[in-house]
Amino acid sequence: MDEALQDLSKYVQSGLESEILSSTVSLGELAITVRAEHIGRVLTFLRDDQNCLFKVLIDIAGVDYPERPKRFEVVYNLLSIKHNHRIRVKISTDEATPVPSAVTVFNAANWFEREAWDMYGIMFAGHPDLRRILTDYGFEGHPLRKDFPLTGHVELRYDDEQKRVVYAPVRLTQDFRRFDFLSPWEGATYVLPGDEKASGKA
Amino acid sequence: MGVVPAATATEHPSFKEFADEFGEKGFVVSQIDKLVNWARTGSLWPMTFGLACCAVEMIHAYMPRYDLDRMGVVPRASPRQSDVIIVAGTLTNKMAPAFRKVYDQMAEPRYVISMGSCANGGGYYHYSYSVVRGCDRIVPVDVYVPGCPPTVEALVYGIMVLQRKIRRTSTILRR
Repeated sequence: MDEALQDLSKYVQSGLESEILSSTVSLGELAITVRAEHIGRVLTFLRDDQNCLFKVLIDIAGVDYPERPKRFEVVYNLLSIKHNHRIRVKISTDEATPVPSAVTVFNAANWFEREAWDMYGIMFAGHPDLRRILTDYGFEGHPLRKDFPLTGHVELRYDDEQKRVVYAPVRLTQDFRRFDFLSPWEGATYVLPGDEKASGKA
Repeated sequence: MGVVPAATATEHPSFKEFADEFGEKGFVVSQIDKLVNWARTGSLWPMTFGLACCAVEMIHAYMPRYDLDRMGVVPRASPRQSDVIIVAGTLTNKMAPAFRKVYDQMAEPRYVISMGSCANGGGYYHYSYSVVRGCDRIVPVDVYVPGCPPTVEALVYGIMVLQRKIRRTSTILRR
């Protein structure tokens, strides 16, 4: 399996010499990193070349790495039914730079790109209808970004005077729970509940 | 109520008809609130409102093993025909206005069963940015069924608790 992947990797590298940045085979999976501006050409090559025929776009995922200058990665997973191969294509971008849309190459990319836009705020240039797909109507922010608070900014309740559901700033009645998984008998660094007075009086 | 003189009964033909009918067939005395409660508990039609995995457990409750139909609990697809809404699953922010609209369209008297941790108080998604922390923030809830998901027995018991609650009321209009 790995041999076949190495062959495929070499083949793809020779076919996409100017677009490809790196290629790795790890854990039995082939992943290539390409330049974001060339993603359309890369996907077209992978789809149409007779030795690739990656005709199925399994999904498009976004990844957020806040520490990087280009914080977002867009990951395309492709499947070739003809050759029984899978390939992962990665590109990097930031909040301001749009990625060329893959909708012209794969129709399936439409909703995936809308999802990536919704969750991460990654822009796709040339997308026919780039709007939110999962979050609430009028939602603000992109919830899967690392700097988005878990509980969000608003919560819902029914207002009996206005006779409709209204938004209010989020107010948690219960604190976040902390799980430390340290055994109280060994290694716990905090004062055990009920032991607060013990050390003072002894 | 005065006693009807026998003479009048014999004189008036239509009254005689009534008297004969009652005399032959007899009659039952009841109280109107008891009758109303019997009718309400005997045909609790729930609005089908499965939102997540709890819906599967709710579906099981309708299936032959527990068979809610025999209790007069028949799922309806329209809020206008429903008496109770079983909130089975996670209520998200996006769904909440639609849920309230469905509840508002139900005819009085209407009841709400909150099924499962998510509907009760957000459950696993309590700290999420997209989930309502309990469906009682949107509608008044009559019965909470705990569990994640609750077993079918728990849901059936919840329905029976609701029936007991209805039986306890002595008013026809809801306060």
